[in-house]
Amino acid sequence: MSITISNISKFYGKITALSDISFDVKSGELFGLIGPDGAGKTTLFRILTTLLIADKGQATVAGYDVLEEYKSIRNSVGYMPGRFSLYQDLTVEENLNFFATIFGTTIEENYDLIKDIYVQIEPFKTRRAGKLSGGMKQKLALSCALIHKPKVLFLDEPTTGVDPVSRKEFWKMLKRLQEKGITILVSTPYMDEAALCDRIALIQDGKILEIDTPRAIVNHFPKSLYNIRTNDMYGLIESLTNYEHTYSIFPFGEFVHYTDKRDTMDIKSLKAYLKSQGLTNIHIEKTQPTIEDTFMELAK
Amino acid sequence: MKRFVGFVRKEFYHIFRDKRSLFILFGMPIAQILLFGFAITNEINNVNIAILDQANDVTSKEIINKIAASKHFSIVDVIQKESSIESIFKKGKVKAVLQFENNFGSNLIKEKQAYVQVLTDATDPNMANTISNYISAILKKYQQELNKNTSKNYQIVPQSRMVYNAELKSVYMFVPGVMTVILMLVSAMMTSISITREKEQGSMEILLVSPLKPFQVIIGKVFPYIFLSVINAIVIVLLSIFIFNVPVNGSLLLLGIESVLFIITSLALGILISTISATQQTAMMISLMGLMLPTILLSGFIFPISSMPLPLKVISNIIPAKWFIIIVKGIMLKGIGIGFIFKETAILVLMALLFIGISVKKYKIRLE
Amino acid sequence: MKNKNVIQVENLSKLFGGFAAVNNISFYVKAGEIFGFLGANGAGKTTAMKILIGISSPTSGKVTVAGFDVYKETESIKKNIGYMSQKFALYDDLTVKENITFFGGIYGLSKKQIEQKQHELVGELGLQEVVNSLVGSLPLGWKQKLAFSVSLLHDPKIIFLDEPTGGVDPITRRQFWEMIYKAAHNGTTIFVTTHYMDEAEYCDRVSIMVNGKIEALDTPKKLKEHYKTNTMNDVFLKLARG
Repeated sequence: MSITISNISKFYGKITALSDISFDVKSGELFGLIGPDGAGKTTLFRILTTLLIADKGQATVAGYDVLEEYKSIRNSVGYMPGRFSLYQDLTVEENLNFFATIFGTTIEENYDLIKDIYVQIEPFKTRRAGKLSGGMKQKLALSCALIHKPKVLFLDEPTTGVDPVSRKEFWKMLKRLQEKGITILVSTPYMDEAALCDRIALIQDGKILEIDTPRAIVNHFPKSLYNIRTNDMYGLIESLTNYEHTYSIFPFGEFVHYTDKRDTMDIKSLKAYLKSQGLTNIHIEKTQPTIEDTFMELAK
Repeated sequence: MKRFVGFVRKEFYHIFRDKRSLFILFGMPIAQILLFGFAITNEINNVNIAILDQANDVTSKEIINKIAASKHFSIVDVIQKESSIESIFKKGKVKAVLQFENNFGSNLIKEKQAYVQVLTDATDPNMANTISNYISAILKKYQQELNKNTSKNYQIVPQSRMVYNAELKSVYMFVPGVMTVILMLVSAMMTSISITREKEQGSMEILLVSPLKPFQVIIGKVFPYIFLSVINAIVIVLLSIFIFNVPVNGSLLLLGIESVLFIITSLALGILISTISATQQTAMMISLMGLMLPTILLSGFIFPISSMPLPLKVISNIIPAKWFIIIVKGIMLKGIGIGFIFKETAILVLMALLFIGISVKKYKIRLE
Repeated sequence: MKNKNVIQVENLSKLFGGFAAVNNISFYVKAGEIFGFLGANGAGKTTAMKILIGISSPTSGKVTVAGFDVYKETESIKKNIGYMSQKFALYDDLTVKENITFFGGIYGLSKKQIEQKQHELVGELGLQEVVNSLVGSLPLGWKQKLAFSVSLLHDPKIIFLDEPTGGVDPITRRQFWEMIYKAAHNGTTIFVTTHYMDEAEYCDRVSIMVNGKIEALDTPKKLKEHYKTNTMNDVFLKLARG
């Protein structure tokens, strides 16, 4: 077990940031912590990287206890905190050199680990870090977190605020890193990224909603899910809100995701109802739930 | 108009709900008025002086009594020989020495004229002037009383001599003071800002989660400022020697060592400030308002400590700058060696150790 | 009036020194439309938006918002639009009530109107318990929904939303969009930028900026057809990669 977390709780005055969190991350796993702002992801990360002390519970990282053996943890993990926090007035190269040096290594020693990532920013290596674009900053931060070949990598919302293209590339890089045997714990509010992890933990308001592989979580969705589309989205939402059998409706792109209170849904009668409300071009079909659907169902 | 009112009302909400701005608006003016009111004074009160009475006759004793009765002066020592004058000034215990010549009384009666030497420590030229004038005034008053009921015109002639700074150059006073303030500013404020900047921009988190030991981070932060401060000190001393002709009568090496000591004390203060500040803004505010202002007002740099009310006098003792100014003035202007400033040096060493000790204890190895 | 263009942009450019942040873009937005304004960071959409809301002036081009010219009539523009951004929308150290009163006053509403609006708003959002709590103490989702409602206090013709749902939980995000649908249904034009590509699907039409130019502008459906993809995310990826 690369990371073990047992009954961790953390309070700030009256606010409960984390409530009885327990789960494990296997060695070499790409584990996702999925939840919106305020869910407690950053707090948990800070406890695991020994920056905060939990009020209750224990945790170990790479076999070391976060409380007693924090120095060993600090020597052997890579950490990328939320905002970009490298030195804006140092160049790309200087930042990388700095982190290599304080971890007692050199850029050359572990270059093969960061090569795939670094080649993309290498043309800018003499540019000050503050002048890089969002996507490039993330790549630099990742390189600096990896330069000392950590056993475990903690990435706290590494793709927040970054454009979709860079986000996609970033996750490709993570997958390649995983192949090299590094355990990676990532937090993200983006549900679509969750599908790329080996296992995920859904978290909201300091509590874990569910932990499993993305596929298993989706299969846990308790009801049948339907895509409904009509000519008028607003009218559709209004109509379904007033429909007696509606269990949940959520807009999802051009469709509405609908679940019914009953065990078997009568599509024909629903279609008739919608027609009676003045809607046209009615399209109803069963669909596969996504992680987001499951999240919302669990969070209700 | 209504919009404007609505906007102004919102501004009041912001102000009253922010504890910091409340402190600035109400707490600080009150503190400052009190401070300025009591500290800024050109009057002199209870200045320590010594008497060398070589006459020991009725007249000299009467004059000495008049001086003792004055609220401006406090006679703290009576010396017997002229050779003691130099060492009493070097010790810094008195600001002036009143010397009555031999046969003062008989000279006055016989020659109708007698001399009193007024020797004043002019390392603080403004104060020296004032002291000299006040003493002359007392002598003049006594003289008037003497001449009141007689037709004879007795003359008591004060002979004023400014020690250490014959020309009463104010730059002699300012240079040590400025040097102190600048060293404190660079060392304390810049250090505290540098450390809190690391916290503010989030990179402190990454540094903590690394093999770097916390004390390495602190020492590393402080190191460049030691160098910068030393260079600053050298530049100031060079400028004052060559442009303002301020003498360095004592040992330059001693001056250097004492400066480094003071720099270390200031740096330790800077680290201490950074442990209680979350942002650079807070660090700067504390450095300026909590450190710089009291230093300028209460260290004896501009306003004499002896003239301040007791509470302020007590507070001035905990300001490192006060002791350092005594040391610098002593070395540069009086040419004294370590023997005479041992007490002040020891106090600085103690303060440095204290601040370092507290900073080490308070330095957090975690985020909260 | 339904087909009138509330925003009309012709050959808009904004140059900073030699650099064209916005490079000769043209588009229009119809009344009551939900218009998605997308693009990567640095593509120029923030710059363009600042010009539309009247806080920055163009280098060249013709722009009218709510019928007013963006060079000379910015004050009239500001009276007729609402604005909400992710970075700031409400004052954290004022209560819910004080925020509503303040912004109502700024927008020129009478005391009576403010009271009425406040009543409606609080009721709709279910904020009765927290009316006198500081906004800073509210969960992010509630703040965003409140901020949106506040920006509508003066019934503006157009409302500009700058990444309004960043970091918010999925349920609140969707409730937020339901509020947007309702506003659009009532005739308010919505101009929104977002990083969530699935939200692009909610829009009537979407424009995508790349390097200062508009590289795509159409309904989500037609864009997906054109680029032969299933999602707006993939449309974006195809476009951005060039």
